[in-house]
Formats: sequence, C-alpha cells, structure tokens
Amino acid sequence: MAGIFAFAESRDGELRKVAHEVVTAARTVADAMGTEVHAVLLGGPGTGAHAAELGQHGADKVFVGESGAFAHYSAEGFTTVIAGFIKEHGCDVAIFPATSMGKDLAPRVAARLGVGYVSEVTSLEVEGGSVVATRPEYSGKVFARVSFGEKPAVLSVRPNVFTATENAKAGAVETLDVSVNEADFGAIVREIKAAAGEKLDVGEAPIIVSGGRGLKEPENFKMLEELADAFKGKAAVGASRAVVDAGWRPHSEQVGQTGKTVAPTLYFAIGISGAIQHLAGMRTSRFIVAINKDPEAPIFKIADYGIVGDLFQIVPRLTEEVRKMM
Amino acid sequence: MKSLVCVKRVPDTETRIRIGGDGTTVETAGVKYVLNPYDEFAVEAALKHKEAAGQGDVTVLSVGGSESAETLRTALAMGADAAVLLKSDRPLEGLAVARVIADEAKGREFDLLLFGMKAVDDDLSAVGPMVAELLGIPAATAVTEFSVEGGKVTAQCEIEGGSEVIELKIPCALTLTKGAYEPRYASLKGIMAAKKKPLEEKAVQGAPDGVTVQKRTYPAERAAGRIVGEGPDAVPELLRLLRQEAKVL
Repeated sequence: MAGIFAFAESRDGELRKVAHEVVTAARTVADAMGTEVHAVLLGGPGTGAHAAELGQHGADKVFVGESGAFAHYSAEGFTTVIAGFIKEHGCDVAIFPATSMGKDLAPRVAARLGVGYVSEVTSLEVEGGSVVATRPEYSGKVFARVSFGEKPAVLSVRPNVFTATENAKAGAVETLDVSVNEADFGAIVREIKAAAGEKLDVGEAPIIVSGGRGLKEPENFKMLEELADAFKGKAAVGASRAVVDAGWRPHSEQVGQTGKTVAPTLYFAIGISGAIQHLAGMRTSRFIVAINKDPEAPIFKIADYGIVGDLFQIVPRLTEEVRKMM
Repeated sequence: MKSLVCVKRVPDTETRIRIGGDGTTVETAGVKYVLNPYDEFAVEAALKHKEAAGQGDVTVLSVGGSESAETLRTALAMGADAAVLLKSDRPLEGLAVARVIADEAKGREFDLLLFGMKAVDDDLSAVGPMVAELLGIPAATAVTEFSVEGGKVTAQCEIEGGSEVIELKIPCALTLTKGAYEPRYASLKGIMAAKKKPLEEKAVQGAPDGVTVQKRTYPAERAAGRIVGEGPDAVPELLRLLRQEAKVL
C-alpha cells in the first residue's frame, strides 16, 4: 500500500512540536490523494510513549522504532531504517521537518532512494495525483513551484508554516524493527550542549524579537531578552546581519540570507532599518511590527504595524505591557 | 590532510532577484556574482587545518558553467592549491549536482570533503549530505568548528537551541556554517599566484533532474502597514491591534 510518510522528530525522548506540523501536512496531502499517513517515530527506549499524540494529529498508523543506538540522532542509522521503510511501504511522498535534524536526514534518504529532494517547503498541493511544492529561494526573494520526478517525492517543510490541527481519531501503533549496530556508524553524537535555559531557536519560535544596529551597543540586547522573556517561552531573540558581523550576537540568531529564514506568527523588528537580505529572511512572518526612529526606514514598508520613535523608551514600555497581559 | 572543498558561484546577497520572461529562470544579466558565503567558511577551514598540520593540500571543486572558473580562482587566491571545474552546459538540480561531485570524488583521495551549509541561491542545504550518502561516508551538517586527531574529526554542530558534538571517522563530509572560521581576504600576492595554479576543466553530463521548477514567482506583496503612533504612548494601541485585529496574542 502506498501512503504518505511523515517523520516525527524527537529529541531526548521528547516529541518536538514540529512533529505535529509534519503529520498535519502529511494528513492534508493524504486526504487529497485518498491515502493514509504513516508516521515513523525513532528514538531511545520510551520514545514510543508519544505515539498516540501523533495519531491525534492525523497519523493513521504510527510506527515506533526504539533502540539504545537511537538515544541520539544518527544520520546513518536513521537513513537505513527510514529509506527501508519508505521502500517497503511504497510511500508516494515523504515529509520531514526543515530542522537541523530534518535537513541532515532527508537529503540522505533521498540520495539513498535515488530521488530528488527540496527543503523549506511552505506550501503543498496535489495536482493530477502528484504533489507539487512551493518553496522560497534566495531566502524568500523568489518562490519556486516544484514538481517531482520519480516517486517518492522527498521534501522538508518549514517549521511554523503548517499549523498543527487535531484529529479525533487515534492512530494504530505498530512496532518497527530497528536492528542497527552503533559500531557500524561512522558518525556518533558525543554530546548535546543546550544553550542557557533551553532557549527557543529563532528558526522555530512563534514570536521573534529581533534587534539591529539601532540598539547601539551589545549590552542593550538585554532589553530584547527581557521582552522575549515576557512572552513566557514563546519568543526568541533574533538579530540582523550587521550586529552579528559586529560580534554582538551569535550567528545562530541571525535572520536573513546568510542566516535563518523565519516564518513566525509575530516578528518584532526593533532598530532594524530593513536591508534587502534581512527583509528576505523575515517577510514570510505572519505579522510584522517595526519600531524605528526613522519613519522612512524600509522596514515600515513591509511591517503591518509600526511605531516611530526612540526604541529605548518604547521597548521597556512594551515589555511592561506584555508582562501584564501574559 | 587532503581536503576537497565544493564551492558555488551565487548572486551577491544584496542583489535584487529578477525572474526571466519565461517565468521559470532567474535573470543573470547585470548580476554581481560571488563565492557562496557559506563556502568561504569551508575554504577557510580547509586552509586553517592544512596550515595547522603543516602539510596536505586543498583542492576546490565547482559544478557549473565556464563562468564558475572565476569563483574557483577566488578560492585559489585565498590559498587553495588546485581547482577542478565540472562543466555542465545546463544548470543541474541538487541530486544531479551531488551525483556529479560524488563521481569525481570517487576517483580522488581525500580525508575531508567540505561544503558550505547551504548556497544562498537555492537555499537547499542538501548537496553535502547527499554526496556523503552517495559515497557511503559519515557527515555532519551546520559545523561551526572542528578538530582533526588520530583519524577522527570532532565537529561542533549548530542545532536548535544549542549545539552538539559529533565524532566522525575519516574520510568524512562536513557542511560549514559561520563559526570559528573567519574567511581571509585574498592578498595581491595570492591573486597573482592563483593565475598560475592548476585549474582543470572536465565536461560532465548531469543525470535527469530529480525535481523540476515549473514556475518562479515573487512573494506576495505585503499590504502597506500602518503607523500605530509615535513613542511609548503608542504601545497599548499596538497591543490592542495585535490582540483584537491580528489575533496573534
């Protein structure tokens, strides 16, 4: 039987929010094709506890592969299990998240199967029984509509774009045989270092509070961190290229063509004038708020709401009001 | 230590991208091209590790039209020893590029196969892991820094909300992102020397495309926004709009 494959990403035994989004995207495609969603969840012992959750988000069947060798992600091990699964089940479409794990794994699976692959998909349609994907290029300066050659179509979807929906149905859970030997792997994850306080990543956060040169000094980013904290675990701090190049913030926070392209629900551009490569990286945000002292700044042309004025007065007030609200 | 570094010629990030009249291609006329910024990290990393070891060589490789020779010269001017241009008379998509690179790499001896984490044109982030898979070697992606010791590479990789340390057997593939390797500028001496370095050209036949772009479009115009007000007094109104109109809070 055919079906749509959905990769349910977990880390340290915890299912990641993006797994729900991937299953939701797969559900939409499966409904249009009249087929089923097969979600695969791989991890260390105990990971299978999350299988029911995947059913609620639209998986008809959840295949759980637990192994001590999978306590950490392994590109080689996961590729072997997943490519084998897709072949055996004859899946037409394979959907992964465009996360660091998904973007490492999905191209390997595609290469193993000898088929094409695209990443960062923002919209999926079914046309004449085949899937057609739309994805940004040049960090969103252009969108490409892409069709696939031989089956399966392998792709990764951008986090935050496919809003997870719940489905009353609970999927059936099956066990997947994962007899892999860690000694065969050429690459092993030795250690995972979480950033202080398990910070949300700018690529995944539903709210981003981004700062640019207008912040004047690296110390002033503390103000943005406080604003992000006021959103109680929903917001991450982002940065423009100028401040990353100046060494004020790490590259992992950079939004733009040489950083991350993001699609949060809400994007605050604070003291960012809006260089073309920054605009490209954040224009797919659902709502954009700009705070800048220059009313002519290009950022105001794409912002939904803007406040003109001194950010050093506006941001503390904003933080205070958000705290009251949350 | 022998490194093979794959590089790509891409439009400068400041470029405004224009779609061609056919609706599928991107205009190339008048566009300034550069060595892909992420590939610069890969070239720099290869040079640094060669210098630290006091031996080895760095070969840069590109798949593209004849104009990609210019990009390879840039890498040679930075300090790479030799270059190979796998010349295709048509643009190739990800899997086709990966196959061409893998075929070339099979005929060469290398310890490290380095890539930029992504190219800033197609934003695919796929060719590195695909080549690793086709060659059956381990890989790590989004590497910010790595060390080489006793036949092993230890790589620091960027992941959501932190980093991870991956140990890889050599030969292996790494895709580089911004981190410890600050790309050097080519010196005048380097530029002069680059002219004399070997740049081999080989014609390649790409395999059929795994994916096809049917159409390219510009992103939907965002409706002109609204200035809510000036100064901190506009904050309550902004939050009201976000809650009641945008319904995002």
